[in-house]
Amino acid sequence: MTSTLLRRLGWPLLGSVVALGLTAPASAAEELRIGFVAPITGLFAQVGKDMVDGFQLYLDDVNSDFGGAKVKFIVEDEQAKPDTAVTRAKKLILQDHVHMLVGGLLASSGYALAPVSTADKTVYIAPVSAADDLTQRDLPKYPYFIRTGWTSSQPSHPFGQWACDQGYKKIAAIGADYAFGYEVVGGFQRAFEACGGQIVQKIWPPIGTKDFGPYIPTLRQDADAIFTLMVGPMSLQFPKQLAASGNTKPVLGGGTSYDEFVLPSMGDEVIGHVSALQYSAALENPKNEAFVKKYRAKFGKVPSYYSETNYTTAQMIHEIIKNNKGNFPGQEEFVKQLAALKLDTIRGPVSIDEMRNPVQNIYLKKVEKKKMFGYDKEELWNTVIKTYPNVTQFGQFNKEEFLKTPVYSRDFPPCKFCN
Amino acid sequence: MNTQFWLIQTFNGISYGALLFLVGSGLSLIFGVMRIVNLSHGSYFLLGGYVALSVIWTTGSWALSLPIAALSIAAVGLLMERIFLRPLGFDPLRQVLLTVGFAFLFQQAALDIWSGNNFDINPPQALTKTVVVGGLYLPLYRMFMIATAAAIGIALWLVMEKTRMGAAVRATVDDAQMARGVGIDTSRISMFIFALGAFLAALGGVIGGAFLGIYPGLDFEMLPIAFAVVIIGGMGSLGGAAIGALLVGLADNFGKALFPEVSYFTLYAPMALILAVKPTGLFGRE
Amino acid sequence: MTSQGIKVLAVAAALAAIAIVVPNTNSFIILLTTRALAFSILVMSVDVLLGYTGLPSLGQAAYLGAGAYLTAILATRYQFGLGYDFWLVVVLGILIAAALAAVFGLLAIRASGVYFLMITLALGQCVWGLAYRWNSLTGGDNGINLRERPRFGIDLAHNVTFFHLVLACFSVSLLAMYVLVRSPFGRSLVGIRERELRMKILGYNTWLHKYIAFIIAGGFGGLAGVLWAHTAGIVSPENVVLTTSVDALLMAVLGGAGTLVGGVIGALIVFGLREYLSTLVPWWQYVLGAVYVLTILYLPTGLMGIPERIRQRQTLSGKREDVKKIAPVTS
Repeated sequence: MTSTLLRRLGWPLLGSVVALGLTAPASAAEELRIGFVAPITGLFAQVGKDMVDGFQLYLDDVNSDFGGAKVKFIVEDEQAKPDTAVTRAKKLILQDHVHMLVGGLLASSGYALAPVSTADKTVYIAPVSAADDLTQRDLPKYPYFIRTGWTSSQPSHPFGQWACDQGYKKIAAIGADYAFGYEVVGGFQRAFEACGGQIVQKIWPPIGTKDFGPYIPTLRQDADAIFTLMVGPMSLQFPKQLAASGNTKPVLGGGTSYDEFVLPSMGDEVIGHVSALQYSAALENPKNEAFVKKYRAKFGKVPSYYSETNYTTAQMIHEIIKNNKGNFPGQEEFVKQLAALKLDTIRGPVSIDEMRNPVQNIYLKKVEKKKMFGYDKEELWNTVIKTYPNVTQFGQFNKEEFLKTPVYSRDFPPCKFCN
Repeated sequence: MNTQFWLIQTFNGISYGALLFLVGSGLSLIFGVMRIVNLSHGSYFLLGGYVALSVIWTTGSWALSLPIAALSIAAVGLLMERIFLRPLGFDPLRQVLLTVGFAFLFQQAALDIWSGNNFDINPPQALTKTVVVGGLYLPLYRMFMIATAAAIGIALWLVMEKTRMGAAVRATVDDAQMARGVGIDTSRISMFIFALGAFLAALGGVIGGAFLGIYPGLDFEMLPIAFAVVIIGGMGSLGGAAIGALLVGLADNFGKALFPEVSYFTLYAPMALILAVKPTGLFGRE
Repeated sequence: MTSQGIKVLAVAAALAAIAIVVPNTNSFIILLTTRALAFSILVMSVDVLLGYTGLPSLGQAAYLGAGAYLTAILATRYQFGLGYDFWLVVVLGILIAAALAAVFGLLAIRASGVYFLMITLALGQCVWGLAYRWNSLTGGDNGINLRERPRFGIDLAHNVTFFHLVLACFSVSLLAMYVLVRSPFGRSLVGIRERELRMKILGYNTWLHKYIAFIIAGGFGGLAGVLWAHTAGIVSPENVVLTTSVDALLMAVLGGAGTLVGGVIGALIVFGLREYLSTLVPWWQYVLGAVYVLTILYLPTGLMGIPERIRQRQTLSGKREDVKKIAPVTS
């Protein structure tokens, strides 16, 4: 009975399949499924929104068309929890069959997602997660992992040199007590001490510290400047409390402490503070000006580096797919091609080093109150005062020597000049 | 570590304690009268700050934000007590769990209404100055915090000691059944105290907002700190809350300044130890 | 067949159904169910404390953390626990968590009711602080990544195999706790929950009973932690944060305190809501919050208590004062 049925259906079926095959377009537009993991709810929801908005803005610019491939952008909420990030990533890979994973906010999410990419052989691009070792000592474990953002210590290396050039001899450091803090401060210390400077103090207030009262009076009086790394609400309160305590020393800080994500909420107490990052919304190049204006018109705020790095990542993915005529070249090949990419982006020229981390400009920026890009209000902007081109994650240091030493931590580099 | 260091650290500790008093006093009173631990207390603190921000954004007046924020959150507390807590009757465990459920709801609502950005409350220029006394830089705002906490503390004490309402409250704290026996409307007292607790928390949020910032997560961050005050000072005791706040403020401050390695424990370890020895807190009664 | 017997059969049937049905769904559901089951072991331990002993603990995540971190540290630093020695890690996880509970219990068991709530909260926060701060051991906020699952004859990297393992551990835990609460020891716990004074007068050492229950609950928390470490593949201070303990408590109440099985029902619902609903709508947090609030208000005995309430409504006899309490009077 069944065989008669099959025979009855067989020829028409075959015929229609052939007909469909003949009438189909010569090269079917492939669907490119990009899985995006970011905190959409929870405490970091706003950062997650910036991340998504940045990526989505690029998609809107090109009509979700990457060289012929139609982009399906699937966003999943990781709630800034590594467990959830893993679950969501698995859903994206197992259920939605995405071609690649993008995203992750915190270092812990980056560390949680990288093994997933290895286990499930799926490309994982991290535009934000900056934990140094992901593209340093831990890189061999993650063959499908590639970074399009930065390492925490990347901006600190040229920054340390700059501090020497300013004539600072002794600097007191105060940073948030967690890995990101250690890496930003550590990179600065290594560079500053390599050119003759001395870090005379390292204070680590716990994450979530609100009252810096205990710490500020202990800052060494003989320091020429203060280096700080604050995150989240700490970055708002610390400068205020520092200023109120009568501080007159110059303040140098980590790039994210003054990033446009927090800058609008800050007051005049941060004017003159210098920081370093691979992006500033005040970058005076035509690409950035267009980006800032477009972003602000659409979302009502100046783009932060979270927005920019995701926009640029989308641009980079587009470039690869375009080079493959709208086809996804397979996981290993994609990683290889992305790692060989050189592109002119909003933040300047970006290429990827052999350890799959960007080589890019690092901008020394100073907070100033002024009008920019034709806006008629005076606002706080991170004016670029110096550009260091082609900075790798190892900065001015030799890669082999660098990798022989341990990752930056609370105790590394050791505080030789503390008392 | 010269005299200047000790003086400024003491000053800092006291000012932090002042803020903690605002947060903890409400929690302590609520516990004293209703025997429930209000786990949405941190939410009231945060919501107070957010409402104040909205007031400042629309009217530009910081002074106005204080009463509006405090009163509106007091209203929220009142509604919560009336509609949700009252029907549960005297069931502390269920009431506590209910406040947790609400804490989650409040957290999400705050995110939706005010977005997840980190905000700062900007007090009037006059208060942001720093006064130099004998070589010490004393931020005026910290002094303002101390003054406000002291004023509120005195006002509360006067109400509790010198008014009939206050007497009724004290009676309820001591022995609710007896209080009912002599005709005191304990359910009205509960309602009043819950609203007052929310009022104090919200006020703390507005005042603290200029000092700590207003951001998602602040609610659950303030909660254990408020607990520490209440536990160390004693549940249900206003004077205990004041002393607890002062102790926590100073201990936390000096702990962090002198022993930064153990800064995570300077708050919780003493709390656990005190509870282990005297479960009702230093000055609590049971 | 006694009503107890029917209940036991029903649970066994449900477990068998889960064992058969879930592997045939998609990989994501398998993953979710595995997570829910592992976490349920913790929730059931919370229920033993809350529903049977009357101790509401806001710090049980500490024991999950102890088991999880032990597993992670042994696996990554000492390459231990990835073969047959996995079972040794299970035992060690239970022991270390129980030891922690023994220490904490000395401080906590003196208190009861809301004081107990607060002291367990404080102790839980201490563990969090430790996990966060002791970078060299715990990796701080980066957490520890477990790169592979154990392999001993069966390969746990295979999701379905792992699911069956977790289900088996869950079933054994459920059975063990069931035997515990039905034993004379378990019944004295209920007696203590109801009328501690009376038990004391009757000569029971109530402090010791509560202490032992606390240690046992800690042990199960450790087991949950060992499984959890391998389920998620990463252990971080997030695992011991306050909201994790609150979650476990709320899941126990949602499902029905004092029923053991209620815990897993609560866990499945919350995980389902969190993972599934959140992919559909952005306002899932409100649903979750509302579910909690409504359950506490109108369904204090949780979802498992629904049949009982329906039965009570149908009875003509006078109201029972225990209807309003969270945990049932009789087991």
